[in-house]
Amino acid sequence: MTIEPLLDATGVAKNYGAVAALKNASLSVLPGEVHALMGANGAGKSTLVKILTGAITANAGRIMVRGKAHEVRSPADARRAGLVSVYQEPSLIPDLDVFSNLRLTQTPVEPFREWVRELGVPDLDLRETARDVPLAIQRVLDLARALAIEPDILLLDEMTAALPANLAERVLDVVRRQSKTGRSVIFISHRFVEISALCDRATVLRDGETVGVVDIEPGVEERIVELMLGAKVEKARKTLRAVNESSPPPDGTTRIAVRNLRFGTKLQDVSFELKNGEVAGVVALEGQGQDELFAALAGSIKPSGGAIEVDGQAVKFSHPVDAVQAGIAYVPGDRSEALAMKQSVRENIALPFSAAFRNWGPISRRREGAKVQSAIERLQIDTRAQREVQRLSGGNQQKVTIARWIAADARTILCFDPTRGIDVRTKQEIYKLLRQLADQGKSILFYTSELEEIELVCDRAIVIFGGRVVDILPVEIADEPALTRAAYGLPRDAKADVGILANVQSDKVAT
Amino acid sequence: MRFLRNNGWVVGLSVLFVVLSIATKVIQPQYGAGDFGSLVSAVLPYAFAVAAQTVVVIAGGIDLSVAAMMALTSVTAAAMMAGASEEYALFVVPFVLAMGLTLGAVNGILIVVTRVPDIVVTLATLFMLQGAALLVLGAPGGGSAEWLRSLIVGTVPIPGVPGSVTAWFPKALLLLVILLCIVWIPLKRSRLGLSIYAIGSSELAAFRSGVPVARTKILAYAFSGLFAAMGGISLTMSTGIGSPIPGPYLLASVAAVVLGGVVLGGGRGGLLGPIIAVFVLRLVRTDLTLLAIDPNVTAIVEGSIMVAVVMFGAFITMRSRSS
Amino acid sequence: MTISATSIQPPPLGRRFKRFMSDYPLVPLIVLLILLVLVLNMLSPGIVNQRWIANTVKFAIPLALLAGAQTMVMLTGGIDLSVGTAATMAAFIVATQSVEHAPAVAIAIALLPALVIGFVNGIGVGIFRVHPLIMTLGTSLIGVGCLQVYQRTVISSGTKYPDVLVWLGTGLTWGFPNALVLFIPVAALLIFIQRRTGFGRLLYAIGDNERAARLAGVKYWQVILVLYMLSSALAGIMGLLYVGLIKAASLSLAEPLVLPSVAAAVIGGTSIFGGRGSYTGTIVGALILTVLTTLLTILQMPEGARRILFGAIVLLVTAAYLRIIEDR
Repeated sequence: MTIEPLLDATGVAKNYGAVAALKNASLSVLPGEVHALMGANGAGKSTLVKILTGAITANAGRIMVRGKAHEVRSPADARRAGLVSVYQEPSLIPDLDVFSNLRLTQTPVEPFREWVRELGVPDLDLRETARDVPLAIQRVLDLARALAIEPDILLLDEMTAALPANLAERVLDVVRRQSKTGRSVIFISHRFVEISALCDRATVLRDGETVGVVDIEPGVEERIVELMLGAKVEKARKTLRAVNESSPPPDGTTRIAVRNLRFGTKLQDVSFELKNGEVAGVVALEGQGQDELFAALAGSIKPSGGAIEVDGQAVKFSHPVDAVQAGIAYVPGDRSEALAMKQSVRENIALPFSAAFRNWGPISRRREGAKVQSAIERLQIDTRAQREVQRLSGGNQQKVTIARWIAADARTILCFDPTRGIDVRTKQEIYKLLRQLADQGKSILFYTSELEEIELVCDRAIVIFGGRVVDILPVEIADEPALTRAAYGLPRDAKADVGILANVQSDKVAT
Repeated sequence: MRFLRNNGWVVGLSVLFVVLSIATKVIQPQYGAGDFGSLVSAVLPYAFAVAAQTVVVIAGGIDLSVAAMMALTSVTAAAMMAGASEEYALFVVPFVLAMGLTLGAVNGILIVVTRVPDIVVTLATLFMLQGAALLVLGAPGGGSAEWLRSLIVGTVPIPGVPGSVTAWFPKALLLLVILLCIVWIPLKRSRLGLSIYAIGSSELAAFRSGVPVARTKILAYAFSGLFAAMGGISLTMSTGIGSPIPGPYLLASVAAVVLGGVVLGGGRGGLLGPIIAVFVLRLVRTDLTLLAIDPNVTAIVEGSIMVAVVMFGAFITMRSRSS
Repeated sequence: MTISATSIQPPPLGRRFKRFMSDYPLVPLIVLLILLVLVLNMLSPGIVNQRWIANTVKFAIPLALLAGAQTMVMLTGGIDLSVGTAATMAAFIVATQSVEHAPAVAIAIALLPALVIGFVNGIGVGIFRVHPLIMTLGTSLIGVGCLQVYQRTVISSGTKYPDVLVWLGTGLTWGFPNALVLFIPVAALLIFIQRRTGFGRLLYAIGDNERAARLAGVKYWQVILVLYMLSSALAGIMGLLYVGLIKAASLSLAEPLVLPSVAAAVIGGTSIFGGRGSYTGTIVGALILTVLTTLLTILQMPEGARRILFGAIVLLVTAAYLRIIEDR
């Protein structure tokens, strides 16, 4: 059987500086198939999508469309090659009305209207400004616009994520029918249910490489999870609780209590407690509300509902300084968000000292130096390049962001993916540091995209999916496969696909 | 209903303009067609400055060099027409317009190529254009063709309509409306116009919709330059000379843009709002003068209104971003 | 703290050059200054003598003061175009108020409007988040309007320049300009603020990364409000000195120095995007500009060409700076 693939990408690689986002990715899509693209956080899915749609250019690799090599340098190029994408965030121009948006992309209006009706939005007014259209409908319009162009390959990135059940159903239905006309769909989703219901095959990425292509059949979820984790499944089981055994159990007094926290559509209902002397892990796929949770706790955003209590007192943060004064420090995942890159290590660590108005006066070099020095030593920061923080390695930069709050003696540290993109040795040091801090009675909320870190560092794992806490696992059973399953919204002990699908049905009714 | 929702701001401004007109009539019962004519002549350069600013602000930028560009094009026109024949002006006008278009495009190219923020680039070109204007004419001077001057003097004779009515249609108004319409309406209807709104609204979404972002930005600045050149020529037309020192058009243009319902940051608004806003701002000045307030105090009041409007605009932008 | 090697393996030459430039901006600046002086001496031999140097310093000091205000504001990524108006107001008011009041009283009255301008700027930029350029341009226009009104009320009373200001502005002691008596402490204070105070730290931090500063608990508006008031106060002091030097109070006295003040700061290595720069660099930048102006005058370069040159310098240095920081 030699059907020529519609899209054939091989050996695609992309580097950002020294970091390889994609090493060797390949993706082959046959005519008329719905092809799932899967991978854990940071596996390289979004990079591959960006390359296919021309948002960025690859450093290496070959992309063939219908047997011909294609140079895709912009979304317009990709479109000419017959590849159209619907992105996670709506891409209608917010200030133009729908009709102008169609005109801008030269989309035929009548087919568009038909698709919109087909997708379950009967009464769309084309003169409506895109900004005023509800988010879910905007996504449907994006899809309809893509369909109206009649692309050979349609790329759907988390298409159903923000959709209510009835619309999602329609969308899936249309996608399925699309494939019957000989067109192909690349379907990116975190939801196994949809994938098993819709897709023919799945390509699985891990660490920037394609690790497998599987046919979708009953029971394939386990196989995909295995592929996404790779050899780590075995390794993780062996190292279980190696580090953790030494640490004493948390003393039990509650430091922060989060009750029914809500923020827009991102946080639906999050409740948990963080105890003194505890490292609580947060596990979630990308964009499940973890960013908003941390931002709310750090005082950067105001939640739209629910309550936060610190030491039993209800608090309302209107500026990060309120959180800082309550002893809550936030270490953002993106170092460029936390550091004044052109300043020295010392100035970065000492930044919180000068924040309050009363500390604007002359600085006591000796006192400050002592505090900064002890923090530097504690974290073993390599300060040879201390003139500008931007010249430090990623690991050392990350240490500086944490050192700042150790020097400031914060009681609670919110660490958002602190080990992303840094070297192994520094990672180990950070694990040790977090444990030490907990042993001193400090409390730490630790989001990580690398699931094996949960076992190494945390006392518990709080799993968030779709803006809700779906499970809280004690560390004893929080191995990588269990966490992955939980993060994908799969129930704890289900192995059979029957159970999953059954659960899905009830899920849909519920929403 | 939709018309009111989408154009509520413009309607509100128009109402404000009418109210101010009535107030003017109350303050000064003799206020008549002649005064309206001089109001329009005074508005002319401001209106073009505002049009120039509006295009780039919609595209998500800002052009600080508007006033300097007007000064340069004005002195160029005046210097070329000084002592020259009447027909020569037929060549001067398109030349100066092309110059404005080109210099505007240079602004855009500098922004795209150097990747320095537009506010800094246009600040630098503000100084350079000012310097260039001084090189063209060291002091106010030059001349203007008579026919060009007569374009904005007097009223439009409409056959069959009594003079008392045509008196309210000064030629300057006609010129303004025609010039703005022949550039703006085709632009707004074209895909380029849509693209300008698109890059101002969301550069990422525009890129994903296949809009050539860099080219659109350059063209937006080119149109800004074109409008500024029109403003420069109108200055020469109304004064008969060119002055190398830029007038107070920069802040006025930003204020009118904000007051006209164009959001600083881009993507929203049109040209009609800012143009009405210019009339409103000028009429406020007229009223203050009619109330026999010291002209310098008038300048303070005017400046304060503009600053207040800009602050209000920034406040609105801030609110809409945080929500 | 010692300055140590930035990495074990030496990076490529071009990169090392860039790092050197951004670590020691003073070295190439001083080289440039010396070169300019040499060129000047070649063009018109014998011009460079002790009197010329004293004169150059005398005229560089007002520019350096104004550029000092500009440097502070630019550290936060802002710009203050109202410094010219603030300075002119102080100058004009001190000249007219001295007719009736004692110098000390007149000076106090003169500095007040400058502080008000700074306060309004601070509110607009810090709380309403108006772009500093637009905000300061607006307050400067209002300031000029106020000054015009004020002028009409004092038009008959004439002007008088307090002796102390004239002494400061024009006098020489043992060949040194007396203005140094004012300038050296002010400059020392500015450098101290930038390097050794919490407020100075915050200026750099806000200009470098406002989000990071916010997360560290810094309240933006507080810093900005104090900053713009400080900037205007400095401009006011400069106006007092300048009127003593020029001895002719006009309504556009300090206006021609606004653009050079931006240029001096930019040449001196202060980034217009914020987060980097120092007052020492700005002082050298002011000297360079003063010498350059002399040079252009000798070459009979017209005012227009000078402005074009200044504009081009600002743009080129900013673009070059962008390249240096992008490549790290």
